[in-house]
Amino acid sequence: MIALAVIFAFLLAALGLGLRARRGRDMDLEQWSVGGRGFGTVFVFLLLAGEIYTTFTFLGASGWAYGKGAPAYYILCYASLAYVLSYWLLPAVWRYAKQHRLISQSDFFVAKFNSPLLGALVALVGVVAMVPYLVLQLKGLGIIVSVSSDGRISSHWAIVIGTVALTLYVTISGIHGSAWTSVLKDVAILAIVLILGIYLPMHYFGGVGEMFHAVDKAHPQLLTLPSSGMSTSWFASTVLLSAVGFYMWPHTFSASYSAQNERVFRRNAIFMPLYQLILLFVFFAGFTAILVVPGLKGADADLSLLRITTATFPSWFVGIVGGAGLLTALVPGSLLLMTSATCLSKNVYRLARPHTSEQHITRLAQLLVPALALVSLYFTFNGGSSIVSLLLMGYALVTQLFPALLASLARRQFVTKEGAAAGIVVGVTTVAVVTLSGVTVGGLLPGLPQVVKDLNVGVIALVLNTVVMVATSAATRTASPDPVTTAALRPEPEATAGTG
Amino acid sequence: MKPIHLLGAIPFLGILGGIFIANRVTPYVLGMPFNLFWLVMWVVLISATMAVIYHLDPANREEQSS
Repeated sequence: MIALAVIFAFLLAALGLGLRARRGRDMDLEQWSVGGRGFGTVFVFLLLAGEIYTTFTFLGASGWAYGKGAPAYYILCYASLAYVLSYWLLPAVWRYAKQHRLISQSDFFVAKFNSPLLGALVALVGVVAMVPYLVLQLKGLGIIVSVSSDGRISSHWAIVIGTVALTLYVTISGIHGSAWTSVLKDVAILAIVLILGIYLPMHYFGGVGEMFHAVDKAHPQLLTLPSSGMSTSWFASTVLLSAVGFYMWPHTFSASYSAQNERVFRRNAIFMPLYQLILLFVFFAGFTAILVVPGLKGADADLSLLRITTATFPSWFVGIVGGAGLLTALVPGSLLLMTSATCLSKNVYRLARPHTSEQHITRLAQLLVPALALVSLYFTFNGGSSIVSLLLMGYALVTQLFPALLASLARRQFVTKEGAAAGIVVGVTTVAVVTLSGVTVGGLLPGLPQVVKDLNVGVIALVLNTVVMVATSAATRTASPDPVTTAALRPEPEATAGTG
Repeated sequence: MKPIHLLGAIPFLGILGGIFIANRVTPYVLGMPFNLFWLVMWVVLISATMAVIYHLDPANREEQSS
């Protein structure tokens, strides 16, 4: 009962902070979704870190350490490498977004390629990729609340209550709500992960080294990457793909618009990797759980962190863990909802009805939040997959936006809008076919050496994507000379020259 | 692209290439299996690399560029 009360207090605190964040602000679309571009180092850091410390970190990383062992380390690596890329990528994106007063990720493509249609395509890809991501947050939320309340609240009800809270503060406060809740979330999660990761191995084995020795003795295959399957080449290709896809998420991409200046990103690139090291302690907790709470199979591995917590700590502490876990679902969930709603109303609806007023678009975006929340609820209750598999699927989709984005940043733009669109369509289709049919590189080409067979299939989609993009661009470029220069000369791109 | 920016490639080599050599349990370092230690070491080195790039990059010495 105490645990439940503590979790509830967290929920109220989050709601309170979220609603309070609105005070004194006139919520037009720019305030609502990119905070009027006034966030400094700390808020941008927290918003972009909000992407990392989600239920995925909390449950997924420990779940993978528990169920799969060493392959879980990929989670530590990909974001760290993404920060290296961010040093060059984000300032360029931010500068262009500010200059053209962009709000969403698809605005960027609309402006760069001078094609509202391409923007709508990007918006749809983004929204489709975000559904599994949102589903994983909601699933996590349900698991956290039901396990830490000792089953008093079913995961079903937890998900419904959480979604209502989420919808409420996103609709009212937009990104300001997310920024303030993420302050509470990050402080709580940091403290808890450190406590769990240090205390648990100490308590049960006398230290981290002793714990690893014990795991190695009981399960000698867990601590290294296997020679086939999730092997070293799977590891390297998955880390690379995820690092490249990291900033392609519509919510992460547009969260970068909220920065005050471009130096914010360069400075953050130094500190963000160190922040990743917190994951190490999540791994320690997951590995400790292998021997302490054995027997969780498949998607149930995601429960390992909470099971070992309830088995070890008093009820009030379990409540704090549950409450912090709740926040790890709410913050990214709110960004996801807000971004999807903004993309749909601004880049899809606007395209169909170009004369809609700016005010109307803002209202529509706010109304879409509960609608999208309902769709995600539906998928959360009708589908099962472990948290990490859901994430990998979303990543494979958003990564397909990378070649076109990179090409658009080049000084002399070679890629045309037709090329960009064709590449994205081919890439996304490949991912969809591969995901639905369960094909692997090894299955397609059985004669190849194991190193090639284990490559992440996303690599194939990315290669096809790039080849098609370049080929189509070469073909359409000769047909209509220099569409890009015209775009660059136009002072206000179509999508942003609204009536507002 | 200035030469100093090439430093950014080093972490990719250390993690993506290095894992092929470093994928082993022993020796344990700081209580961690060797492969985990290797990756953690690189995360710290990424931070160090980015700090070096930040301080040598003339872009960060200009007046507030925004």
